[in-house]
Amino acid sequence: MRPILMKGHERPLTFLKYNREGDLLFSCAKDHTPTVWFADDGQRLGTYRGHNGAVWCCDVSRDSTRLITGSADQTVKLWDVQTGTQLYSFNFNSPARSVDFSIGDKLVVITTDPFMGNPSTIQVKSIAPHPSDLLTIKGPQGRINRAVWGPLNKTIISAGEDSVIRIWDSETGELLKESDKESGHQKTISSLCMSADKSHFLTGSGDKSAKLWDSRSLTLLKTYVMDRPVNACAISPLLDHVVIGGGQEAVNVTMTDRRAGKFEAKFYHKILQEEIGGVKGHFGPINALAFNPDGRSFSSGGEDGNVRLHHFDPEYFSIRM
Amino acid sequence: MTTVLTFADIESKASSLGIDLSTIDLDSIVLPPGEDFGIKSDDEDILHEEEPPEFEAGYGNVIVVDNLPVVSPEKFAKLEGVVRKIYSQTGVIKEGGLWMPLNPETKMTLGYCFIEFNTAQEAKEAQEKTDGYKLDKSHIFVVNMFDDIEKYMNVPDEWTPAEIKPYEPGENLQHWLTDEKARDQFVIRAGTVTEIFWNDARQVRPDPVYQRQYWTDGFVQWSPLGTYLATVHRQGAAVWGGKSTFNRIHRFPHNQVKHIDFSPGERFLVTYSSQEPSNPRDTHRILLNIFDLRTGKLMRDFKGSVDDFTTGGTSGLSGISWPIFKWGGGKEDKYFARIGKNAIYVYETETFILVDKKSYKVDNVVDFSWSPTDPIISLFVPELGGGNQPARVSLVQMPGKEELRQKNLFSVSDCKMYWQSNGEYLAVKVDRYTKTKKSTYTGFELFRIKERDIPIEVLELDNKNDKIIAFAWEPKGHRFAVIHGDGPRPDVSFYSMKTGGITNRVSKLTTLKAKQANALYWSPSGRYIILAGLKGFNGQLEFYNVDELETMSTGEHFMCTDIEWDPTGRYVATAVTSVHEMENGFHIWSFNGKLLYRIPKDHFFQFQWRPRPPSLLSPEKEEEISRNLRKYSKKYELEDQDVSLALSEQDRKKRRAIQEEWETWTTRWKQYYEEERNLRMQLRDGEPSDDEGNQEEYEAKEVEVEEVLDVREEIVNFDQEQ
Repeated sequence: MRPILMKGHERPLTFLKYNREGDLLFSCAKDHTPTVWFADDGQRLGTYRGHNGAVWCCDVSRDSTRLITGSADQTVKLWDVQTGTQLYSFNFNSPARSVDFSIGDKLVVITTDPFMGNPSTIQVKSIAPHPSDLLTIKGPQGRINRAVWGPLNKTIISAGEDSVIRIWDSETGELLKESDKESGHQKTISSLCMSADKSHFLTGSGDKSAKLWDSRSLTLLKTYVMDRPVNACAISPLLDHVVIGGGQEAVNVTMTDRRAGKFEAKFYHKILQEEIGGVKGHFGPINALAFNPDGRSFSSGGEDGNVRLHHFDPEYFSIRM
Repeated sequence: MTTVLTFADIESKASSLGIDLSTIDLDSIVLPPGEDFGIKSDDEDILHEEEPPEFEAGYGNVIVVDNLPVVSPEKFAKLEGVVRKIYSQTGVIKEGGLWMPLNPETKMTLGYCFIEFNTAQEAKEAQEKTDGYKLDKSHIFVVNMFDDIEKYMNVPDEWTPAEIKPYEPGENLQHWLTDEKARDQFVIRAGTVTEIFWNDARQVRPDPVYQRQYWTDGFVQWSPLGTYLATVHRQGAAVWGGKSTFNRIHRFPHNQVKHIDFSPGERFLVTYSSQEPSNPRDTHRILLNIFDLRTGKLMRDFKGSVDDFTTGGTSGLSGISWPIFKWGGGKEDKYFARIGKNAIYVYETETFILVDKKSYKVDNVVDFSWSPTDPIISLFVPELGGGNQPARVSLVQMPGKEELRQKNLFSVSDCKMYWQSNGEYLAVKVDRYTKTKKSTYTGFELFRIKERDIPIEVLELDNKNDKIIAFAWEPKGHRFAVIHGDGPRPDVSFYSMKTGGITNRVSKLTTLKAKQANALYWSPSGRYIILAGLKGFNGQLEFYNVDELETMSTGEHFMCTDIEWDPTGRYVATAVTSVHEMENGFHIWSFNGKLLYRIPKDHFFQFQWRPRPPSLLSPEKEEEISRNLRKYSKKYELEDQDVSLALSEQDRKKRRAIQEEWETWTTRWKQYYEEERNLRMQLRDGEPSDDEGNQEEYEAKEVEVEEVLDVREEIVNFDQEQ
């Protein structure tokens, strides 16, 4: 089907998130307003006003009532999804890079950037019954681009600029596992995406590859080799597919033809690691990718400020490898 | 013996001797030289263990001038002045670098002096220039490098016969030709690694042969028959080859070598370097060496300034066009020639001296080229005297230097000569001025070399104002292709030197209109051609069959910079080299334009197919094979089938294994997921958390909602009269 082009943001997209039912799509961008859209036809439903900096990440609660957003304005804000009112604001002394609700939506893991002498941190906050601090892990070197909950909220998996994936104990903050140099990424890990059952996850890196890991043992399962730096990745909940997007560094975009920039979202077979196809459209690198939980559509957000919503054609579901 | 003394021991000893240690300046104690009193210095150990560091022989910039006049002290200053003046012309003498020793008894000079220059190059140049310099009748300078004196001293006076080494059979350098699958090799250079692969088109992938990091400092180059691979280094060039791996066969010392060139028959290797002049007003110095490829022996060297190797006029700072020496006389490498001012210098490889011991004088010659098969030179002389003397193209037979054919041309702006690979035809592209002299138009003069009297035919394009973008002869064939036109989409025309049954008339076969092409690549076996749109056209490719005059297929290799057919004409490589930042790598296509595989490589510098020597089959035999191709091809088709079957079988097996591995993971994950179900529910406050089991947790219902938006009362007027 023809993709639906959603032009609501004025700056590059940073993150996309579907709610559990797959009827709403939340988008974050470097402009200051996270936006919610109908995931079906791409109509804009509303915005969440209040941030004063680029919004890097968001998560929505399982019952689609609460939205949490992390921003470069050094705050993480909790919103009422329906009304768009701000319910609470966590304040930090450095930009917040990533947020993720735990199973049960009572806890949230937040990462903050290294800033003005402060090291990067991974912080666990409690939301319900009332907001409070639980744990702060003073981070390893460099920015932590993503931290998510592992199975049963027992662990936290983080990845970032130092290209190492780490698994932490979510209660004690103890470092449990680390990806090793040989099998791991060689450059900044830009994105991390959990499978629906949290059994495995996909990481995308500037070393032009995406890798699939077991989230309990941190064993490397698969590697998907690209010809460009990876900025975003997503795992299909329906088929054994992964989608990987990226493109050359933004600074080089103006120097080459659009076709040379490789701004396609590439589909790979999750098990065979073979390329299935590509979806073109953006005229800048792809920064964000998300699958609808039903696996029948996906959306991509680009450096060009557009979100493209793609509903799969029937042929997609009968691809044989 | 060394006894170790502690400082306390020393102090007690000193006090017993009545010496106050603090008053002694330890530096004032001087030990007799060569005596260490049995105490070994820490430094000494190191000095003795290690090899003395090797300094660059320090006298490379010193020359010795002999045969100077022997003068008395009164005239010493004058002589020194004269010598200084002579040598200041060639370079900068170091301060205090001129030393003329005196006989200690008579105070007379000894008739020689040492001169130290700033650099070794200057010294070398001074030595070359002033050796044999005539100061006066009885004083002819004999100048040597200081380092050489020692070398000459070491030459034994007695001649000893050279030891003859027993013959050791070398490796089979042509082993790659015996590949069972008749595959071709290619070399690529990406980053710091040079790799050689088989092109395994059946398996649709390259098959590695050999790889090596930092193999070359510059580039790599196959020899024309594929026997050797040449690498260049700071110290010189080297050639590699062999049966299984690549071993070094020979080294060819040549400092700072920049270019290399093989003779077509692989008998000789030409190496080239140029040197920045010490004085910026001077031109570059050039050094060319010609080596025998099989023995590694230096056959001849040529030195000079850039000016000596160019035709003058247009030459810039380093305005040489490589190769300087063009090889002629076919595969026997009999002659090589270079162009100079008003002359062509033709050398023969028997003796490495000029043919007839003199150059071939042609006033104002600007360009020449050899026939690829015969010792015939074609040369071009531009118009002179404002058009009074016409431009001409002539064919000259070597070694006799007889002019075979000559053609005068008028109002010519430029000429380019294109030989057909068998030396049967020569096409001369002539750019002429229009009458107003404001623009030019182009025509072709076609020479039929093998026919009696060498007839010339003039060919003009249908629209003679068209610009010629590219021209190419069909290898070993009688056809040629021309890209012409001014617009963004030029036309491509094909011509044949034979028209129907008449063999001596050129005719047009067809013109393809509006093509995105600016370069032509004929298959080495003829018949097929790639019309390529490089640069501005972003890598458009059209595979064209000239026999059938039809396009076989079109393709694109985005940003493609280089195209090369394999030596058999079966496959084509297209590459994006590091002139572009993105997309680096190469694609391999079949001759008919089917993309077989692509290999991305960052920092991709070079792709080169390994050439093959010409076939050993006689033309008759080749003819016979191509007539009965079906009979021969059957065997290979069967092989192909086997390979593809084996491949798919392999592939299936591999896939099954991968799939099974994945299954084990997923079953374990499912197990965990089941086990953790209750825990998860607890985390969610007992909410039946997981979606499976109750897939239809929510269902889509159509609900009609009526909403009252507005209520208004309105008086409706009925028409009363109705």
